[in-house]
Amino acid sequence: MTTEIAVDVDSINKPYWDGLKQGQLFYQACQCGHHWLPPSRHCPACLNENVTWQQASGEATVVSWVVYHVAYNPEFKDRLPYNVAIVRLREGPQLITNIEGDTQRLAVGETVRLKVDLGLEQPLARFSI
Amino acid sequence: MGAQMMRGKYVIAGIGNTAFGKLGLDTVTLNVMACKAALEDAGVDKVDVDALLLKTPTSAKEILYGQKVAQAMGMQPRWGGAWDQGGAANLTLINIAMMAIETGQCEIALVSYADNPRSGNRQVYGRPRGNDAAYGWFSTAAGYGMIHRAHVAQYQTDPRAFGEFAIAVRKHGAQNPNAQLQKAISMDDYLASAWVVDPLRRDDCCLVSDGAAAVVVMSAEKARQLQVREPVPILGIGGAQESYDVHLRPCLTTTQAARSAKLAFEMAGVKPADISVAQIYDCFTITGLMTLEDYGFCDKGGVYEFVRDGQIQHGGRLPVNTSGGLLSETGTPGLPLVLEAVRQVRGSANLQVPDVRYSLVSNQGGTMHTHATMILGA
Ligand SMILES: [Zn+2]
Repeated sequence: MTTEIAVDVDSINKPYWDGLKQGQLFYQACQCGHHWLPPSRHCPACLNENVTWQQASGEATVVSWVVYHVAYNPEFKDRLPYNVAIVRLREGPQLITNIEGDTQRLAVGETVRLKVDLGLEQPLARFSI
Repeated sequence: MGAQMMRGKYVIAGIGNTAFGKLGLDTVTLNVMACKAALEDAGVDKVDVDALLLKTPTSAKEILYGQKVAQAMGMQPRWGGAWDQGGAANLTLINIAMMAIETGQCEIALVSYADNPRSGNRQVYGRPRGNDAAYGWFSTAAGYGMIHRAHVAQYQTDPRAFGEFAIAVRKHGAQNPNAQLQKAISMDDYLASAWVVDPLRRDDCCLVSDGAAAVVVMSAEKARQLQVREPVPILGIGGAQESYDVHLRPCLTTTQAARSAKLAFEMAGVKPADISVAQIYDCFTITGLMTLEDYGFCDKGGVYEFVRDGQIQHGGRLPVNTSGGLLSETGTPGLPLVLEAVRQVRGSANLQVPDVRYSLVSNQGGTMHTHATMILGA
């Protein structure tokens, strides 16, 4: 799967996208105990600015998923049907991703593992079943 | 409690709408058409309206939109503006109108909404979702698909539950001469309907429509003074919001509809079993089913038993979306449902339910981000 949808990298989310270039998925953490994505300047739980980055183990569970049979963007026309999933990292943060592998086995609650797609100009955090 | 003191103190004094479908008119013009019709229905002169409250058009947001419509109406209302809260904005604006009148800020409010994505631009419904578009995360439908899937996974929801909802609403719309889509479907049709974003089928998804609707809100006392012909009392109203994007929610199968409804039911002093007819926001079938559950018409996960065998069709236990809802009458969000709720109390609905005592309407916006509930009654 390739994609040419450019991501918008800014001063707040740059460590996230740089991490993926190294094959690593980072999420944000606060001393209040909250872990989250997408990246933000403040902790959404306590609004503290002392945000740190932590590396995810890569283990996640499927929260839900959909399979597109319509391409809302021409870049995805040749990929139909393709899935988009919500996964919850073992550490708590949830994110949008694609699931690769034996997707016939895809189910809510299924365990999936991080498989960063390094073949892209900007690697993406995909997961494998 | 302040809310209970408001019970029945305010009314919908007039309703108006345009045709629905592909109209080829700009949204300001459509708003004027609906407002004119609502004022005529109420028997109110525009010079007496001192609040003009609009929901922003979904498909093309504009700066100072409320003032543009006021200008086109030739009005200088003391209060005016456009509210951005998705489909729940309509009921929220009625709520705001009541509060503004209660505190003496205005006396007569027009609440209106228009959009023209069918002849204009409908890209908003397929829009990229920030950086997640790199994963192919586009559209409004997909977020509802995530919720639909999660509900099926958690409760083993029968696919026919979704079908029953679509069948009932489409059947009602087929009997509404003003409906954009007048075509009933069978369960076989539903189950054979093409995937859009699996698990959503074409027949799970609402229409894309041009159209407008408007209501006039004032106190019951003012309506008596003005000898308004058919004022319909607002017995309960409430709102609540989820706020978070679908993929950040801790639970996909509960919505803030429950909190919104609790306030409206408490204010009205009624229970779900007291409701005679319901207009349930149905941008997608999952929205309608989860609203029925969260409002307490049935247990969570029990919605198939509640809707099956035509129980939400006209003549059934709780007729739902008697003018055809978003799936059949018009995709124009929210206010057309309010208009039908009003007609059911007045006894002037096309598919009239007999002896309507309490008429309920739900509105919601975003991907179940926002919710609002209103109970009208005789
Ligand atoms: Zn914190």
